[in-house]
Amino acid sequence: MDQWAVKQDGNNKQSLTRKPSKQHIREEWVGRIFTTLCILFLIVTIVAMVYFVASRGLSTFFKNGVSIGDLLTGLKWAPEGEPALFGALPFIFGSFSTSLLAALIAAPLGCCAAIFMTQIMPGAGRRYMQPVIELLAGIPSVVYGFVGLSVIVPMLRNIFPGQGIGIAAGSLVLSVMILPTITTIATDALASLPSGLKEGSFALGATRWQTIYRIVIPTTLPALLTGVVLGMSRAFGEALAVQMVIGNAPHIPRSLFESASTLTSVITLSMGNTITGSAHNNALWSLALILLMMTFVFVFIVRFLERRNKR
Amino acid sequence: MSAKTVNRIATAVIVLVAAFIVLLLAGLLGYIIVRGFGHISWDFLTSAPETIKAGGGIGPQLFNSLFLLVLTMIITVPLGLGAGIYMSQYAKPGRLTDSIRLVVEVLSSFPSIVVGLFGLLVFVNLLGFGFSLFSGALALTVFNLPLMVRITEQALAGVPREQKEASLALGLSRWKTITSVMLPIAVPAIVTGTILASGRVFGEAAALLFTAGMSSPRLDFTDWNPFSPFSPLNPFRPAETLAVHIWKVNSEGLAPDAAEIAAGASAVLIIMVLLFNFTARWFGRALYRKFTATK
Repeated sequence: MDQWAVKQDGNNKQSLTRKPSKQHIREEWVGRIFTTLCILFLIVTIVAMVYFVASRGLSTFFKNGVSIGDLLTGLKWAPEGEPALFGALPFIFGSFSTSLLAALIAAPLGCCAAIFMTQIMPGAGRRYMQPVIELLAGIPSVVYGFVGLSVIVPMLRNIFPGQGIGIAAGSLVLSVMILPTITTIATDALASLPSGLKEGSFALGATRWQTIYRIVIPTTLPALLTGVVLGMSRAFGEALAVQMVIGNAPHIPRSLFESASTLTSVITLSMGNTITGSAHNNALWSLALILLMMTFVFVFIVRFLERRNKR
Repeated sequence: MSAKTVNRIATAVIVLVAAFIVLLLAGLLGYIIVRGFGHISWDFLTSAPETIKAGGGIGPQLFNSLFLLVLTMIITVPLGLGAGIYMSQYAKPGRLTDSIRLVVEVLSSFPSIVVGLFGLLVFVNLLGFGFSLFSGALALTVFNLPLMVRITEQALAGVPREQKEASLALGLSRWKTITSVMLPIAVPAIVTGTILASGRVFGEAAALLFTAGMSSPRLDFTDWNPFSPFSPLNPFRPAETLAVHIWKVNSEGLAPDAAEIAAGASAVLIIMVLLFNFTARWFGRALYRKFTATK
């Protein structure tokens, strides 16, 4: 009977409650402490990441005396030159243009795939398209880079003037890589649409396309945009596949088929060849800091869109 | 044009695009496998790479990839499970939980190269692990953890409420309820998700360039002492993985047959990823059947 205690509250009412056993309390604490430690680990990781990248990335400005404006708007990247120039605008331009173009190519394709899976052939479409999309997502980025290098680049070289490497090749490779992200999110959004909306539209005599175009797409637009932004964010941070096909020249290209660079490709290529603590090395960390900042911007946009979506 | 014609044209376009995507995947997989398959042989899979001569293999790289995957999973799975359980069972809705959720979201969207650089700074230099499998595994943990958390959270959310309430009503502690009642039900979903995540880790390269390194020592596969520098089991040796090898061969390969090696290695990588995918599906379904007794 020692497990049970008769409790008497203020109103002289008696109730029988079970006193938790020692084992019970111990288990409760084990669970609480273990899971809290895991979460703390996550939080410490992200704080450490921002701290370390920022401390290195900011020393370009504080220790090496490069001004933020020069780094963001300078056109010439000559870290070994006399005087050393750290203009990162060509890389920022390269990153933005490749990821924007990739999103522009992948967004309509992804939305069409999602419409096909949810509106046109819901049963069979999902059964066959879903695995295809998942497999596309599972292909490693270096393999995309390899295919880009051995298929897309020669193809572009034959059709257009130039070497075939450049922003066009980079964004084509990236568009296939981000297609699964966009499709998955678009599919989820379209599938969760209340069926009453569609039925109402059909009942009024609208065709399927009218329903999709006038009802389904406008209602799910914020979610569709979320997918596109997430895809862009992935494209922005992708390093190796882009580095393999973009050519890596440190200037703003005059055409889509001319060698260019992105933030990630410069970091990938140069980080191993610089000495820790040198101005060149610190400048590369600044580029990493820009990447980090952009991640926050993308997450912020996604959050904003999601809030719009809930309303 | 009548609405019906427009409808027909739009439907045709959408179906064509869907077909194009399927063909794209088929073409991609077909190209990689057909192009590389001729180069795959037992010798290619087991011998060490050559830097200048032709005829190198990918033996150590393949082993490194698998070993790194195991190491990463040993670190990630308990941490991810713990954090996922916290998020789904202990976290109370409120500002704190919202910000933790944001942390997980941000962590999962960090570019892998930034994770690699962080690893270079903290694991390789600051903590002194050097370019090693262990540094690589830690970097991949950072990369993989948010994924694990999400998998666990979703799997636990799928457990029927009644199961949990029944267990609590019987007087079991919350932790006991989670570990003995809820986790077994969630296991099929967790296992499927974990294997799919492994596939991603297996193909990851950018985060490893600066942590696990771009070289592999001459491994002595008869030396199983984990403290010897040439032992394959030593977690503190540099290790180039298969994905990193493909990147290196493509961008700075000197061997005359670099393109063939890249093709062969890509085919091996793709086949491994496909294997992970199919295993995940099959295993998840088998576990689900076993635990729920559905036919």
